[in-house]
Amino acid sequence: MTLDPAYLAYPRRRYGYDHDLYSWQPWPHRPPLAWPHGARVVVLPVVVSEFFPLTPSDRPFRAPGHMATPFPDYRHYTARDYGNRIGIFRLLDALEARGLKGAVAMNVAVAERYPALLEAVRAGGHEIVAHGRTMNDVIDSSLSEAEERSIVTDTRARWAALGEAPSGWLSIARSQSWRTPQILKDAGFTFTLDWPNDDRPWRFANGLINVPLHHELADRQVIGQLGALAADWARQVAEAVAVLAGEGGRMLGLELVPYVSGLPYRIAAVERLLDTLLARNDVWFATPSALLAAWAEREP
Amino acid sequence: MEDPGLYPYQPWRGRRPLAWPGGRTVAVWIAPNLEYYEADPPPHPKRKAWARPHPDVVGFGHRDYGNRVAHWRMAEAMSEHGFPGSVSLSVALCQHHPEVVADAVARGWEFFSHGITNTRYAYDMSPDQEREIIRDSIETVLAATGQRIRGWLAPALTHTLHTFDLLAEAGLDYTCDLYHDDQPTWITTRHGPLVALPYSLEVNDHYGFIVYRMSPDEYADALIAQFERLAVEGAGTGTVMCIPLHAYLIGQPHRIGPFRRVLKHIAADPRAWIAKASDIVAAFRAQVPPPQSEGAVA
Repeated sequence: MTLDPAYLAYPRRRYGYDHDLYSWQPWPHRPPLAWPHGARVVVLPVVVSEFFPLTPSDRPFRAPGHMATPFPDYRHYTARDYGNRIGIFRLLDALEARGLKGAVAMNVAVAERYPALLEAVRAGGHEIVAHGRTMNDVIDSSLSEAEERSIVTDTRARWAALGEAPSGWLSIARSQSWRTPQILKDAGFTFTLDWPNDDRPWRFANGLINVPLHHELADRQVIGQLGALAADWARQVAEAVAVLAGEGGRMLGLELVPYVSGLPYRIAAVERLLDTLLARNDVWFATPSALLAAWAEREP
Repeated sequence: MEDPGLYPYQPWRGRRPLAWPGGRTVAVWIAPNLEYYEADPPPHPKRKAWARPHPDVVGFGHRDYGNRVAHWRMAEAMSEHGFPGSVSLSVALCQHHPEVVADAVARGWEFFSHGITNTRYAYDMSPDQEREIIRDSIETVLAATGQRIRGWLAPALTHTLHTFDLLAEAGLDYTCDLYHDDQPTWITTRHGPLVALPYSLEVNDHYGFIVYRMSPDEYADALIAQFERLAVEGAGTGTVMCIPLHAYLIGQPHRIGPFRRVLKHIAADPRAWIAKASDIVAAFRAQVPPPQSEGAVA
């Protein structure tokens, strides 16, 4: 046997990464950062609001959480819809009852289809983050540039028609192509929540900002994929926040999925978690834009 | 092929005593995998590097977190409790992220090779091609750290039938690629004997968190149970416990606390010989002579 000699060539074996999207910045080589209000850690709640069409497009691949049984998969269609009808209100209530604002990463189709939900998000003072049109809008490098641009610009145009101009973008399935950071910037977005590689925001080479959303501590991951009980998930999040606060100058983007943690038997774990974090007095709950304003002053 | 012919069967019962320094019963070594995963590696005919088309944002970003952030958290916990690392190193990390390698050097850790990157697989390599990644590993680590590597853990655990012959030919002492025992064993190669040092799949943090889906506390409990049993059994003949780690897993903020509990537990136990890989290999070689291999060439 022998492999193509090209497989043993490393043309991008160099300082930094083998890609040019952003630069390598090891944590200890960055200046310490003190958040406003004496906070040691920023917690960014990100509630997602997703519309799963009954027919998945499967192009380029099926997003996590999408239909799972043969057509018509009423079981998953309605179980996901439960999130938008009921679960999300439990999560918004849990935040608002404590005076907290977060981000709501919403498919624009949800806002169009369910104006009452859009109104509730606005009334709560939460920040809308663009999240494609529907859960069929997966982007990856197999899409043509024109297809990808049309997903991003059409999403933005439809938000504009609703009177909204979100600064942030969350990709469906957090999947990007090599072109995505530039396409997002060209479309007028200033940040994305896609890359889970840091405890602080950072800038792409083109100036777009990434605000890290924790991948492994998402309720969908810990409860949905790893099979933990809600109380155990909440304990793990509280533990993470304690560690991050001990270190200082960190953030935790916490994804909350309405059809996961917004269920009747799980919501109390979310409420207790928020109370636990508020009782620490060293946690600043922020929207992405508030977080970024504070961060940009400190790391211009 | 039925049996690769690496070593003879040797049952647990009736083994000769193996003694660790100071009468300790279990040699404990920690193997942090300091890895570089390429965002855009060339395709291998037998294995995809990433589940999604490149860039696999979550897959790459998760591992990138290990180098940017979590390495430092993991390494600090180890140093605070007195555990050195024996590093399974993607040697191209010396070029991509030299700060991480320099940190390991500053902590007094030692290195063995885990291939060039963790996204280049050895399957189907010709002997010359595999010889070249061994040569590259030795030279790269020597240039970056001043250390001559003594051991090997194949990149992403990918092998050929020549791998162990080529390691012995290059003068390496040990491999971490075989999981047949709780003690070091000799294996035979065409170029003389090589030590198989127990690493671990089963208590690897990757298996704990990804394969077995353990919570942070469940994984910590598993490590303590593993240690307790091997410490008891090692009173008869010394055992080895390896804790293979990946910063992007164990160095997450929700996991480091339970892991510190493990380190504290083991460090406080007088049965534990907290060692580096090369120390364990040396202690074994001093007590157990290599077999006379029929296949050895002078």
